[in-house]
Amino acid sequence: MDDSITLKGINDGLLVTITPDGRWADVASRLTTLIDTQENFFRGAQVTLALGSREVRRHELANMQKALAKRDVVLRAVLGESDTTLNSARRLGLETELGAVTADASAEPIDPMPLRPPSIDPEEHGTPGVLIDHTLRNGRTVHSRGHAVILGDVNAGAVVVAAGDVIVWGRLRGVVHAGCEGDESAVVCALDLYPTQLRIAGYITISPEDKRRKPQPEKALVRNDRIEAEAWEI
Amino acid sequence: MGARVITITSGKGGVGKTTATANIAVALAELNKKVVCIDADIGLRNLDVVMGLENRIVYDLVDVVEGRCKLRQAMVKDKRVPDLYLLPAAQTRDKTAVSPQDMVKLTDELRPDFEYILIDSPAGIEWGFRNALAPADEVIVVTNPEAPAVRDADRIVGLIEAEERKIPVSLVINRAKSEMIRKGDMLSVSDVLEILSIQLLGVVPEDELILISSNKGAPLTLDDRKAPAGASFHAIARRLTGEKVPLDDLKPPGGVLRRLARLFGASVLSVWPVL
Repeated sequence: MDDSITLKGINDGLLVTITPDGRWADVASRLTTLIDTQENFFRGAQVTLALGSREVRRHELANMQKALAKRDVVLRAVLGESDTTLNSARRLGLETELGAVTADASAEPIDPMPLRPPSIDPEEHGTPGVLIDHTLRNGRTVHSRGHAVILGDVNAGAVVVAAGDVIVWGRLRGVVHAGCEGDESAVVCALDLYPTQLRIAGYITISPEDKRRKPQPEKALVRNDRIEAEAWEI
Repeated sequence: MGARVITITSGKGGVGKTTATANIAVALAELNKKVVCIDADIGLRNLDVVMGLENRIVYDLVDVVEGRCKLRQAMVKDKRVPDLYLLPAAQTRDKTAVSPQDMVKLTDELRPDFEYILIDSPAGIEWGFRNALAPADEVIVVTNPEAPAVRDADRIVGLIEAEERKIPVSLVINRAKSEMIRKGDMLSVSDVLEILSIQLLGVVPEDELILISSNKGAPLTLDDRKAPAGASFHAIARRLTGEKVPLDDLKPPGGVLRRLARLFGASVLSVWPVL
């Protein structure tokens, strides 16, 4: 594969970056060929195209969208610096930025499974989520339409929002919202649970003042119409 | 090869970036290293004041970038140490007069002739910080042992870690007051490290002499190397050169018993129960 097309897995599916040089027709056919050679990988995928400064007209983008749809690939969003490209995308009803998903409960319902479920043992039921393998520092944000698992700390000033559960294998100090689309059975687990603010579905709470005890794994959940924390039996 | 470009930044203002830059620069120069400091705080320059070189500025960083003078013409030599230069910031312009690419070009031009290029970053996370970060081989984050400063340091470290190229980051904790830490009124070194979890380069104690030296324009490392803060900056400079200098300042507060208790993993309370 040449380097004019690069692929990256992101929260919203697959990010396909296309370098701005070369004719559109050429890169377009290269992309469809790529998909044809790896159809199992691409089937059902939600694709975001990052086009840089390239100018793409509406009919060109519409043809691409059709070509992708034929291959069972959904064109979800288009990123770029060219207004022509962004306008073409908008007129086709495509998004033009990542993470347009927000925790706002009034927002439209979101497909909780943007990705095809991974091929797991069919005897087991799994639900998709996002795995972050590092500490989230102040100012960083994670949005997940499924669960969110953080291998590291969530520092004060960081935000984790998930439609499902939030699991923090580390210290939780930031703001966390599990079940952001209204799932009251969602839970928040952390090795040391001391968030700035904790939300589950429509419930909001803050860590108790006197909670300066030895850190222990805890699980927060909605019970008796409020958020409670109990020992997290691992 | 050439110089290492080290950017000194903090997020929050007023934690002592400029003081740290000046003192580390002088300490490195005293170790016979060839050093140049660049003040990237365009519009609010003050590295020249702290270094006492203000009255010798003719041209500045923006003059160089805009081609009004040669790079060498803008560099002010500090005559008190063997090989130390300052490239001052412009005072009359704003940050947008210089781009990250300009900074990379500029430092590339300096690299062959120096061993250390220290960049004093402005506070904040916008344009000026981006300018200072662009050419950096390493970053030193300066913070104080207080929650707002540590918060901002955490934000800065997050931004640096999010860069595509991996830039090593180390930490200087400035203005530590051991008495307040002992009483639990200030975050301890380990509290700060627990949050930031990056390499600790040094701890600088609060020292009134720093204020006096900044007013005089004579960095403490030059003037009074026995002053506690001066000694810490000297240790930091030696650590930068790769020398193993123990972090004395990390000694946990308290006497032998407390330390013994720590050694055995016991809490202090279990050794001396409060009756």
